[in-house]
Amino acid sequence: MVVKVYGATYAACPQRVMACLFELGFQFDLIKIDLQSGEQKQPQNLLRQPFGQVPSIEDGDFKLFESRAIIRYYAGKSASQGGTNLLGETLEERALVEQWMEVEVNNYNPLIYTMVLQLVVLPQQGQVGDMELVKDCKGKLEKVLDVYEERLSKSKYLGGERFTIADLTHLPNTRFLMEEGGMEDLIKRRKNLHNWWLDISSRPSWLKVMDLPK
Amino acid sequence: MAAPVKVYGPPFSTAVARVMVTLLEKDVPFQLLPVNMAKGEHKKPDYLKIQPFGQVPAFQDEGVTIFESRAISRYVCDKYANQGNRGLFGTNPLEKASIDQWLEAEGQNFNPPSSILVFQLTFAPRMKIKQDENLIKQNEAKLASVLDVYDRRLNESRYLAGDDFTLADLSHLPNAQYLNGTDVGELFRTRKNVERWWGEVSNRESWKKVLEMQSPPAPKKA
Repeated sequence: MVVKVYGATYAACPQRVMACLFELGFQFDLIKIDLQSGEQKQPQNLLRQPFGQVPSIEDGDFKLFESRAIIRYYAGKSASQGGTNLLGETLEERALVEQWMEVEVNNYNPLIYTMVLQLVVLPQQGQVGDMELVKDCKGKLEKVLDVYEERLSKSKYLGGERFTIADLTHLPNTRFLMEEGGMEDLIKRRKNLHNWWLDISSRPSWLKVMDLPK
Repeated sequence: MAAPVKVYGPPFSTAVARVMVTLLEKDVPFQLLPVNMAKGEHKKPDYLKIQPFGQVPAFQDEGVTIFESRAISRYVCDKYANQGNRGLFGTNPLEKASIDQWLEAEGQNFNPPSSILVFQLTFAPRMKIKQDENLIKQNEAKLASVLDVYDRRLNESRYLAGDDFTLADLSHLPNAQYLNGTDVGELFRTRKNVERWWGEVSNRESWKKVLEMQSPPAPKKA
């Protein structure tokens, strides 16, 4: 059964899902939602995703939204079928994976999202971004990245010695930070963080996501 | 012998409350070790060893140290799956996926505006910090849109993820409790299904125990 993913190749949350499905070897079809014209807020998409966001998936009769819920579901499915385990093997490893997934949601993503909004999205819409806010977020992010650097000095990946969804979940927003955000120095200046980024962003699954036509 | 499970943080913290109510639902005894945030204890080196971002709560269980309230709650449901409320995180992958979906909706859509409102309306006055009226207005509007989605969902199912109370509903308790003690509570009361749902989830025994832990005990009479 081929999973239908509703979203766009260039948006962070659909990228999170697609990278995971490539990683696990689950086939999918991307059904494009035109974010520029606001298709995600149209009635048909609201039936799939009541908050008017992307992505959502359809797997036969099974439907799900929220990228991080989707990757947990497929990671669980793969692990229970004896396939690739991206969740963690022991109770403790699974806990650390969940911990770093939550850190990404609460301490990482909001700062990057705010900066990219001010630096890229608002100017594209003809508005002026708030540079004071960017400066404030950048300062906070520096402190957050110091914690990541310390963590990655003790283990190869965020959850432990194996690549898991805790690392994968960081791919889309880190790329946004470094490219559209123009802040690659924040990553490159931190040795362990930089090595971790080079490792996870060169995985075939991520390269396939990057190769998808915009 | 003291309970092996330790929760670090003040009981009035929404994230600490989230962990406590999970432990109570799962019948897991724990010790609450207070952290005095007014005195900056959460930013001191000893605390940063267990929570390097300087936030509350932190959690320890027999040598495992974790932070992030939703991660802690998931861990508790994983380790103690067969005790207390067994359906709290679902009993099969499809149920769990639906719970994860609404847990993420809470974290991504409900939490940001509700956290700002909880701070502005409940904590800022206590800390003698000036309220930001614009910020309050903006986030009331965002929360209203989110609760519209919830109201439609709760018209179709008793709880967010289905017919039973789950971690997805639980995760909303701390912020929603504070908001229902302010004018923003109107947003809950004027949405019929949300009002019904709030009445049910906030009346759970586990949540009532957390509320007791959040209120200081009355001074003993001589």
